[in-house]
Amino acid sequence: MTVLIDIQDLHKSYDTLEVLKGVNLSVKVGEVVSIIGSSGSGKTTLLRCINLLEAFQGGRILVDGQPIGYRERDGKRVRDSERRIAKQRAMTGMVFQQFNLFPHLSALDNITLGLTKVRGLSRAEAVEQAEGWLERVGMLAHRHHRPSQLSGGQQQRVAIARAVAMKPKVMLFDEATSALDPERVAEVLDTIRGLAQDGMTMVLVTHEMRFAREVSDQVVFMNAGRIEEQGPPQRLFGSPASPRLRDFLARSGI
Amino acid sequence: MDLELSYFLSEIVANRGMLLQGAWTTVSVSALAIASGTLLGMLIGLALAYASAPLRWPARLYVDLIRGTPVLVLVLATYYMSTPLGLPLTPFQAGAVALCLFCASHVAEIWRGALQALPIGQLEAGRAIGLTFPRICLYVLFPQAMRLAMPTWVTAAAEMVKASTLLSVIGVAELLLTSQQIISNNFLNLQFYFLAGAIYFAINFCIDMLGKYLSRHLEGAGKPRSPV
Repeated sequence: MTVLIDIQDLHKSYDTLEVLKGVNLSVKVGEVVSIIGSSGSGKTTLLRCINLLEAFQGGRILVDGQPIGYRERDGKRVRDSERRIAKQRAMTGMVFQQFNLFPHLSALDNITLGLTKVRGLSRAEAVEQAEGWLERVGMLAHRHHRPSQLSGGQQQRVAIARAVAMKPKVMLFDEATSALDPERVAEVLDTIRGLAQDGMTMVLVTHEMRFAREVSDQVVFMNAGRIEEQGPPQRLFGSPASPRLRDFLARSGI
Repeated sequence: MDLELSYFLSEIVANRGMLLQGAWTTVSVSALAIASGTLLGMLIGLALAYASAPLRWPARLYVDLIRGTPVLVLVLATYYMSTPLGLPLTPFQAGAVALCLFCASHVAEIWRGALQALPIGQLEAGRAIGLTFPRICLYVLFPQAMRLAMPTWVTAAAEMVKASTLLSVIGVAELLLTSQQIISNNFLNLQFYFLAGAIYFAINFCIDMLGKYLSRHLEGAGKPRSPV
């Protein structure tokens, strides 16, 4: 399988606080990778670096073989132009903890906005594709509703449809179920599971250990800005090597 | 009493041309200042909210400087400095420019506040689907910020109409100066100042209505559109 995301020696600091201290990770096409770890371990920051919502100071991220965010010019590391970065971001789909739907647009228009303005589809094509995705996530009946009229779970399903409709090469989920009522979690996890079964490449930051164990091909445990341990879920959850991971799993009730 | 009322009414009729001319000057100079000041203010407010330091600091300086200056000083300075600066302006032009600068400084603060009140997630969600910053502004941030800014913007716009009375000092024949000229002929102080006040109120009432209409239109939000 070809490598889709290749993260090489990634370093990221906020002023003097180093939050990523040399992370190496590769994700192959069609793979589902879950990142677990306690708060402050850097897992969300790592995910946000992949679609350049965070700047990073050292290392490289390649998506589909192409370095993103920065380039070498005369031996110096310079940030890509905003236009270029926007194009790179379109290769990745992001689902946020707080959904971040556009509140002034209907569910349908939340999806068609990117389709018309980024992918350049006509309005009719965009509506057709958006309705297809809304049907896929079970939200077609609500296509004319505003986000404020939807439950958290419904909003998150629309947000997933919005991201996946852009035909990204990889989907990134940042604690997609953490802000939901417990009874709403399942419907969102079902939607994510469906995408995984379709062969979508995905990176998930999650606190849902059982879900991570079930859907992932690879699980990554982060601690203090580094990858402490990684491997297939059976091994990682079954026989964790590092004491920190054992500790973390015990506290997570696994 | 009856006689005075009919005298007042006949004076209104006699001076209707001047009154309409004055009211029109007030409306046009205010509209010009509000429209241009709003556009300029939105740009400056955008810089205050999102630009990096080299652009943000001049914007901040502008806003603080202009907001800290009495409008009357601004009006006089614009008029009397335009000629030495090699760009002589008529009183009307100078007045419009001064009010525009004043309006822009207020709109900038209103617009900055509205933009910063939006959750950062909106900007990030726009970025995540690959929209460029200008498009995020146009399709994501501005429509939401407009709703937030509308009530304060209406207040600012009404302030501009009131501030336009100050243009009388540089000889712009707007409604107040016109009323004074009429009064100097017929000595109906109370009546014509009252009339002027009523016309100002009517103008601002229209702005208020316009604001309410726009708010409702932008709000169009809340409810689901008719199912297809």
